[in-house]
Amino acid sequence: MTRVDFSKADHYQHAVYPSPFHSRQKEHNRLKEWTRWSDYLSVPAYWCDSMEYFAGRNACGVFDITPMVKHLITGPDALPWLNRLMTRDVRKIKPGRVGYSVWCDDNGRVIDDGTIFHLQDGVYRICSQEQQIDWFMTSAAGFDVTIVDDTHDVAGLAVQGPTSCAVLKNMGLEGVENLKPFGLTYFDFEGTTLMVSRTGFTGDLGYELWVEPEYAEVLWDRLFAAGELHGIRAMGSKALELLRIEAGFILAGADFLPAAQAVRPTHTRSPFELNLGWLVDFDKGIFNGRKALLEEKKNGSRYQLVKLDIDGNKPAKDSFVFTKKGKFAGTVTSAMWSPSAKASIALASLETPHGKPGEELEVEIYFQRELKWNRVMAPCRVVKDVFWNPPRRRRTPPADF
Amino acid sequence: MVEKNDYLGGATASRELHKNWIYSNASYVCSLLRPEIYRDMNLAKYGLQVVPYGGSVTMAQNGDYIGNYVDPDLARREVARHSPRDADATVRYDRDIMRQCRFIRQFLLRTPPDPTSFKPRDLMELLYMGRQAMKVDEDVLYDMVKFYTMSISDFLDEYFENPLVKASHSGSGIIGSALGVMSPGTAYVLLHHRMGDVDGSMGAWGFARGGMGAIAQAMADCFTDHGGEIIRGSGVEQIMVRNGKTTGVALENGNEYYADVVVSNMTFPRTFLECMDEKDLDPGFLKKVRNFKIRGSSGKLNIALDGLPKFTALPEGSELAWGDMHLIDSTERLERAYDDWKNGTWSKDPYIDMLIPSMTDPTMTPPGKHFMSVFVQYVPPKINGKEWTDAQVAEFGQTVINQIEEYAPGFKDLILHMEVRTPRELENEVGLTEGNIFQGELTMDQLLFNRPIPGFAQYRGPTKGLYMCGSSNPPGGGVMAAPGANAAREILRDLRKPNTVPEGWIDD
Repeated sequence: MTRVDFSKADHYQHAVYPSPFHSRQKEHNRLKEWTRWSDYLSVPAYWCDSMEYFAGRNACGVFDITPMVKHLITGPDALPWLNRLMTRDVRKIKPGRVGYSVWCDDNGRVIDDGTIFHLQDGVYRICSQEQQIDWFMTSAAGFDVTIVDDTHDVAGLAVQGPTSCAVLKNMGLEGVENLKPFGLTYFDFEGTTLMVSRTGFTGDLGYELWVEPEYAEVLWDRLFAAGELHGIRAMGSKALELLRIEAGFILAGADFLPAAQAVRPTHTRSPFELNLGWLVDFDKGIFNGRKALLEEKKNGSRYQLVKLDIDGNKPAKDSFVFTKKGKFAGTVTSAMWSPSAKASIALASLETPHGKPGEELEVEIYFQRELKWNRVMAPCRVVKDVFWNPPRRRRTPPADF
Repeated sequence: MVEKNDYLGGATASRELHKNWIYSNASYVCSLLRPEIYRDMNLAKYGLQVVPYGGSVTMAQNGDYIGNYVDPDLARREVARHSPRDADATVRYDRDIMRQCRFIRQFLLRTPPDPTSFKPRDLMELLYMGRQAMKVDEDVLYDMVKFYTMSISDFLDEYFENPLVKASHSGSGIIGSALGVMSPGTAYVLLHHRMGDVDGSMGAWGFARGGMGAIAQAMADCFTDHGGEIIRGSGVEQIMVRNGKTTGVALENGNEYYADVVVSNMTFPRTFLECMDEKDLDPGFLKKVRNFKIRGSSGKLNIALDGLPKFTALPEGSELAWGDMHLIDSTERLERAYDDWKNGTWSKDPYIDMLIPSMTDPTMTPPGKHFMSVFVQYVPPKINGKEWTDAQVAEFGQTVINQIEEYAPGFKDLILHMEVRTPRELENEVGLTEGNIFQGELTMDQLLFNRPIPGFAQYRGPTKGLYMCGSSNPPGGGVMAAPGANAAREILRDLRKPNTVPEGWIDD
């Protein structure tokens, strides 16, 4: 597989393109179902979403993250510009480190969230869900910085789960076990450079591998050969969705609406309203949305994104949240039965003043049994801790399982 | 909590008997563990992970097999390969099983009523049961009587025509029971194996990551985290009673612990016949304890393997090797295996239910090596009425190894270490009387308000302050935690403390 040439004017013939891993995904995709993620074909489930989920929690699950939007940031003003764009202090993300962040419009509403990879001194990559080039260029006015959308120039695999480190060691990535959470490093690989970051979207031990698209297939082959005895399994987007909710990670378009898309301005969210106040650094100097966020900090937020622990075993998908007295309190944004926490869990956006840890609420759950719809009002409580947070996620060097 | 062994968990243990190999020494798969208790004790926080393995396969002597795949269409086609009619009948069969399981599940975390009592609580509970029974279709009630009285073999005959299809369903009817597939009552034993779930997937089974001992360990950690203390390495010599009131326990090592409440997780006979002074008990009660049916029928081999065995029947790389593998062709062959048990010896052509948990669980063996859990039936508690000798135990192990070798040539050469457990070992090491894995047979005469014996189905012993929380009590055996939870509720009630035991979740 060589990279897809998006510059050709034949894009009208393709609604969607094969990922650089497509030939290998096809081999593994026994269900032969495909979905799309941005420009690329993606696999919802290769064989069984539950088994793939458990690969991510029990052994090693591999997910193609190539379609993620990527921007390469270079130039003398790369850091000053990033610090102007992002709510957090990017100076603290040293070379070889990765940081999670959000960026806002002038009104302090979140445009998107993503990860900032400090690839080498002064060179960064931003990974995000949504296209950003226009906003990045707009906000770069006055900065000597080069911003390139290199989404299609980098192929990526998320390698997640308790045996992921053992798999990478077995692949010959010497010293990968010393990589700390949110660290990144480089390896010589088949005549090119392979970047490995200890990052992921599953809240467990895990890594992400980044390589030029021409080397995608050989990377897949080497990885799966190395993982054969460590329970490696290709994982689809259904499994990933479960893993990320358990980890308490939010998703653009599910848990918040990117500000650039909001027809209804009140439907946007600020970082505080997404429970991401820890990403807002008022001490670092000016940044986009600072004024509005200061104002919000003073006057209070409209919403609070919370984690709900819900009684019983019914997933509270798309549910309304009420107070114990039956007053509307908010809506669930993501929900599932958590096979690892063994609980019905949800992320919910609650209206102020609701959402303090420990608050007792109720969710209205509709569920179907053999074509009959039922409704239950399930007691729930706002919890502070994420639902799945095993010690192995942080341990360096990680154990082999 | 006092524990006779140095390791925790009794029959829910993980032990390293061969370096770098973790065995699930007795119980080996998890499905019945009540999710309400899993959650209430926050076992996830204490490190417990239950991972479903999906699928099973039954291998026949002629080299054929029938796989039960997770994918529903693949599963249907696989049955159709043997009998198109049976493939259709499976839908009806599964429906009828699920109807019964759905009915039973709602009572698992409830204390059975005493039908002879006029206490308001018993009357209310009887009324509740009656109401639930009224809610189901009359066919379900008719079927219910059938399940409790029929043999699994006759029951399967009502649905299926193909011998291998029947064989693939029949094992669950006799596992842990000293009954044959043609013995009345075995249809219920099948229900007992199907009423659990993994994450709401009814009838599914999984592995506890790190072996079954991980369940006991998580519970122990929860217990100590809440101020509990565990004393290991010495069994209970006697439960002490004074003036009809329980006063504590005396251990084999001579230590005595005094308590107003003593809760026994030992089997019903072990509690009263081995750990109590007969003078403290009524003779009528003692007679019933002696008559409690707790006959051992199973053995277990735990094997460390140098590599993955190759089963002749299975295609290369088949996912069925990840699942539950049964060696049996027909219900008739299974019934003949029972004949040996009746004749006072182990089955010379045994039924084998084996798994390779290390295919799924990376924590159990070094990569590429495997742990095989081999459950065997039938194995009697005594050989021709005499105690097992070491030579007989070894011979039994060899019988099983030979059986597997038939299906997987070269298997023997892969064996690095092996633990052989007959009812003798299960009784001596784990404390299961006669080696019965369910702490008492799961037949209608010993279920519900008759378990363990009539008048004692509410977890209270015959002396004040003595309670029973083991699987000898309702709703019966398996790694379920329901008897313990139900006992806890009764104890809190007697102590006039608020109930903290979770209610059962309902499906609808």
